[in-house]
Amino acid sequence: MQIDNYLIRQTSLEKLFNNLIGNGKTVFAPQASEKRILFEKVKAFSEITDNYLVTTNAAKSVVFPRTEKLFSYKKTKETTEITDASTEAVPEVVLWGTRPCDAAAFIPLTDTFNGDYPDILYNNRRGKVYLLSFSCATCDEYCFCTSVNGSPGNTAGSDILFTKLSTGDYLAEVITEKGKKLVAENQTLFEAAPEEEKEPNLAKVKTYFNQDEIQAKLQNLFENPVWDEKSRACLGCGSCAFVCPVCSCFDIQDEKHGSKGTRLRCWDSCGFSLFTLHTSGHNPRETQGARWRQRILHKFLYMPDKSKVAGCVGCGRCSRVCPADINILETVTSI
Amino acid sequence: MNNPNIYIPYLMRIEKITQEAPGVKTFRLKFENKQEAEEFEFKAGQFGEYSIVGVGESTFCIASSPTRKGYIECTFRQVGRVTSALASAEEGDVIGFRGPYGNTFPIDEWKGKNLVFIAGGIALPPMRCVIWNALDLRENFEDITIVYGARTVADLVYKHELEEWGNRPDIKLVTTVDPGGETPDWKGEIGFVPSVLEKVAPSAENTIAIVCGPPIMIKFTFPVLEKLGFADHNIYTTLENRMKCGFGKCGRCNVGEKYVCIDGPVFSGEELKLLPAEY
Repeated sequence: MQIDNYLIRQTSLEKLFNNLIGNGKTVFAPQASEKRILFEKVKAFSEITDNYLVTTNAAKSVVFPRTEKLFSYKKTKETTEITDASTEAVPEVVLWGTRPCDAAAFIPLTDTFNGDYPDILYNNRRGKVYLLSFSCATCDEYCFCTSVNGSPGNTAGSDILFTKLSTGDYLAEVITEKGKKLVAENQTLFEAAPEEEKEPNLAKVKTYFNQDEIQAKLQNLFENPVWDEKSRACLGCGSCAFVCPVCSCFDIQDEKHGSKGTRLRCWDSCGFSLFTLHTSGHNPRETQGARWRQRILHKFLYMPDKSKVAGCVGCGRCSRVCPADINILETVTSI
Repeated sequence: MNNPNIYIPYLMRIEKITQEAPGVKTFRLKFENKQEAEEFEFKAGQFGEYSIVGVGESTFCIASSPTRKGYIECTFRQVGRVTSALASAEEGDVIGFRGPYGNTFPIDEWKGKNLVFIAGGIALPPMRCVIWNALDLRENFEDITIVYGARTVADLVYKHELEEWGNRPDIKLVTTVDPGGETPDWKGEIGFVPSVLEKVAPSAENTIAIVCGPPIMIKFTFPVLEKLGFADHNIYTTLENRMKCGFGKCGRCNVGEKYVCIDGPVFSGEELKLLPAEY
């Protein structure tokens, strides 16, 4: 699809936000708290911060909630009655302020929840999400989007990508049908495309490795001391998976209240020792090294082999949040 | 599954419960919904997620043969929370079932061949499906040999069927128990499955070997089969890594690049050799 370029004034962003809220959309945007920047539900434009590199958490919870009801049930001795959670109405959600890496992460995430078994719960939510991303003007030592086929101004995954120009106004690249719909609904706010180039306004993210080369190297690296070496400090806390915008491993658990209850899908992590434990006590991934290997191979070998897209967008969240300072970039570049 | 929500189970009524061994039960399950019963199809080797709502789901292969219509059976050992809840269910109770999932044994390709089934302990149930499938189409195959072992005589499952198979002239059945697991009147072999197999195995000529057991048994049985002259592509096994979803999303059952739930659970020796020993 052809990308349409517009200019949107800095002062018009708030109008756009208010129109979205006025049209009944739920808006999630970066909000600063004492120690973190989180995607939170916001009601007023003033609640949004634009002073952030990336948020601490990923935006995935909007389409893949941390705990999600799959169905509810009512049980008596004779009968069981099941109520499908996928028929419940899902709100239209605008993700405001995602970074290009966040938006790109929805591509592999959607792949995982489709294939031979389309996941209607995920697809219902995803179908109602608008991604209004903002290009990165800054980066830090944890960022490596350019090593995994991304960039600070990458349009993939976003519906509209805003890039702040030297004037303080924004270039608006309208990428998808959804983006075009929003522009049509807010026509007066979008002006003729600016003259100024996008590129000089983007962060310079260093390219540390080439995803295709890493993928090729990993083919023969299953047995290698690097996995134990790089994961010795790992506590198995699972924080890396929880903040990752692509990680989607989950557990299924039941919650029971008397004769009623729900079956839930909950976030899980390949870093947890119980993740693969057999009932017999046998564990195919017995050590933290084997679990770290799974994390790296899944993202940089298995996923791109299967669907052409890596399971890592280089946002660096896992490394920033790791209490043991394990750095995914350091592991990958040491290969 | 007809429901667009792939997590919703079929409701199944427990028609019959058989106590197979200490802590091991077989459920015969019938669909509550007639239309679902008519539309349901599966093939030997496939598995499902069995559940008690409010407690959770557990993964077992379908233990009955697709040639036996109108019901499915599962056999499980009571170990964890879900299997304990299942074990306390009674005939007439309703449980959940999602499936069938996974690939199948290529039984159509085995026409005209000898078959040797090798199973250990609670791994006979996944194999029982394909054994009965083959027995119900007996004329399609040459010699059929079954080598089955358990820790003790009491732990052997499907005792009535073992007796029936033992009495059939068209099956060679060899049962074995681990040393120390025998009873005074035990007439079978004493020893671990791989070593017993080495003694009693049929010729590898025109023979397919189907192996199912705990990972440790599989790892010891494959070299024996190799020594006996079985080519990798004539050996099949079914893996049972821990699962939650059953359809390639929850992310835990993979062996290297292959998901046991969608690429397996049935793997040939040839396929298994290309994978890391992550099972």
